[in-house]
Amino acid sequence: MDYLETTDVTKQFANHLALNKVSIQVPKGTVFGLLGPNGAGKTTLIRIITRITAPDSGEVFIDGRPSKSDDVFNIGYLPEERGLYKKMKVGEQTMYLAQLRGLSKADAHRELMIWFKRFEIMSWYNRKVEELSKGMQQKVQFISTVIHNPDLLIFDEPFSGFDPVNTEIVKNEMLRLKDEGKTIILSTHNMESVEELCDNIALIHKSQVVLQGKVFDIRREHRTNIFRFRLRNDDFSLEHPFFTLISKESYHEFIDIRIKKQPDIATNELAKLIFDNFDVVAYDEEIPTMNDVFIKTVSN
Amino acid sequence: MNTLSLVIQREYLTRVRKKSFIIMTLLMPLLMASLSFVPLWLSTLNDGGEKNIVVIDETGMYAPLLKSTEQYQFQIVEQAQQSEYQAKIGKDLFAILHITDDLNVNPNAISLLSEKESPQDLRAIIEKTLSEKVMQQKLDELSQSGNVSAESILQVRSIVESGSKVSIKIMKWDEDGTVSESSAEIASIIGVVFTILIYMFILMYGNMVMQAVLEEKKSRIVEVMVSSVKPVKLLIGKIIGIGLVGITQLAIWGVLLGFLFTGLSAFIGAPVETTGMSASAEMGDFDMQAALNSVMSVNWIEILVYFLLFFIGGYILYASIFAMFASAVNSEEDTSQFMMPVTLIIMFAFFAGFYSVSNPDGPLAFWASLIPFSSPIVMMVRIPFGIPLWEKILAVVLLYGTFILISVIAAKIYRVGILMYGKKPSIKEMIKWIKYK
Repeated sequence: MDYLETTDVTKQFANHLALNKVSIQVPKGTVFGLLGPNGAGKTTLIRIITRITAPDSGEVFIDGRPSKSDDVFNIGYLPEERGLYKKMKVGEQTMYLAQLRGLSKADAHRELMIWFKRFEIMSWYNRKVEELSKGMQQKVQFISTVIHNPDLLIFDEPFSGFDPVNTEIVKNEMLRLKDEGKTIILSTHNMESVEELCDNIALIHKSQVVLQGKVFDIRREHRTNIFRFRLRNDDFSLEHPFFTLISKESYHEFIDIRIKKQPDIATNELAKLIFDNFDVVAYDEEIPTMNDVFIKTVSN
Repeated sequence: MNTLSLVIQREYLTRVRKKSFIIMTLLMPLLMASLSFVPLWLSTLNDGGEKNIVVIDETGMYAPLLKSTEQYQFQIVEQAQQSEYQAKIGKDLFAILHITDDLNVNPNAISLLSEKESPQDLRAIIEKTLSEKVMQQKLDELSQSGNVSAESILQVRSIVESGSKVSIKIMKWDEDGTVSESSAEIASIIGVVFTILIYMFILMYGNMVMQAVLEEKKSRIVEVMVSSVKPVKLLIGKIIGIGLVGITQLAIWGVLLGFLFTGLSAFIGAPVETTGMSASAEMGDFDMQAALNSVMSVNWIEILVYFLLFFIGGYILYASIFAMFASAVNSEEDTSQFMMPVTLIIMFAFFAGFYSVSNPDGPLAFWASLIPFSSPIVMMVRIPFGIPLWEKILAVVLLYGTFILISVIAAKIYRVGILMYGKKPSIKEMIKWIKYK
């Protein structure tokens, strides 16, 4: 079942169509990647989902019903352009943001304690934000996004400013939240993390959804019929109408080749041909990364 | 707790707890009190040295009444010698007092000519002595006119002679039927004080709102905020929170100044009580008493009610405008283009207010106190003088109508502006924002 759905959402700014009939479906309890080049309209779509702006036409459904103003208390949004009040103390500020998101003072304090312990930042409680490093501030921001235990989480470039260790912590937190049944929208340019975390994606390009579906389905659909073989041979000089050779490299005592199969040839036939002629150590089909899919879709 | 009150609370508490606010709030009254009391206190000190004052009295009625004191020596001379003495002013002669006519008939027929500004206490000695004489004259006239029974004249005379200052005032008012001059002075002082207060607060706290909006935009906290607080609420919360800071500061100033002035006047008044003999000190005491009486006679409740009305209206009007422009730009430098015209209007209102003191019913004062962009500043000058109720009501209605309209527009622009980064928008673009959904 879809937790979040937008239908034909359109938004026009002065002389720029930011969103053109954008429809996305985000299944409950999954991580959904919202991808697209800069200026494609991702942030506008997120602002419409979080009710910061209203669409010119189209609708947003949350949990099967049209979204209403109270829903913002059930959304945690970590914007790409994010900051904190520099002169405020970390604890005070987190309390403030938690209360703004609908928690009572007591609840806010209890949740704050849980999260500060989990992220091991208890000692920062009375430090001013301006004394913290960027990565530390990001942690505080992450906590203030999730502290009110919302069912829908929207992270816009959540990993920027994090070192690899903290990136891992945040990734694990996101997966933990997913396991708790939360629905997560992840907007990022980091395609590796998309492959790692996302179940579904939508790619927005020039204000429209150009690609949507399960990550693995999309990657498979973008197959290019390229196969990789690692051979224990001295050379590879076979020519055959089944394939064309793309690249050949020697790697220690092996030879790595990439060949493109003719579309009408079955994979088994190609494999048999190579296995019969060479000593094959390993082989697989080259499935494009999300990075490849992204570049290919956007540059077309 | 709802989000609006949370925002108000934060805006208020973070500012009130700042060291700069606490220091400013506590030091300003001390500074103001010392600025007004030190000169007054210094003026009561005898600067030593006798001062010679030549009295030319063409009527001959008044000169003998002026008694020389330790500080001032009065010397009666003939009119013919006037030019001779004029040449001596500033050397061994301090001043020339020239009375040309019966002061009862022509109260302006007296002048004090000196090189320096004549000291307050000298004027007080002369004014007090001559006023008593003129009053005597008036009382005599009254008893001779036969309109009043001889008995009541006697009563009045006994009251006057007992030294009751209040009755002197009453007599003055009864005689010529117009408001006495000292009351007009008090009115203009009160007017100017409130005008400066409103002007200062609109600029200071309007600027604070602008800084707050810019800070939120520059630090990008606003993106985090608007996902849980409606931008309009954020704006209203900010304006109310900062406005409350202003009111807090005013209230503390009011209380502290009250204490300081009572304390200081007791301190200055005390030596007067004990020495008692010095004529100049006596005069100072008399003046303060009179001033205090006129201050008490002012309708404070009315003035304070209007002050609050115009203060709140003017502050919200200008704070909305400041917030609107701050939301549209990305840095302090960019604000100047938009702030210049606004600041000019406020400055204009301030000067209009000052000129209105001398002519509180003139066309400048009238129109400037009705136009909402200047009325909060100018109207406060006029109210202590007493103006028709309809003018006050019209000004309040116009001001509040305008601020509601402006703040709705400001909220619409703010809502779009805070999330816009990049190039500085033109006024035309900002007008388009108003129409965004």
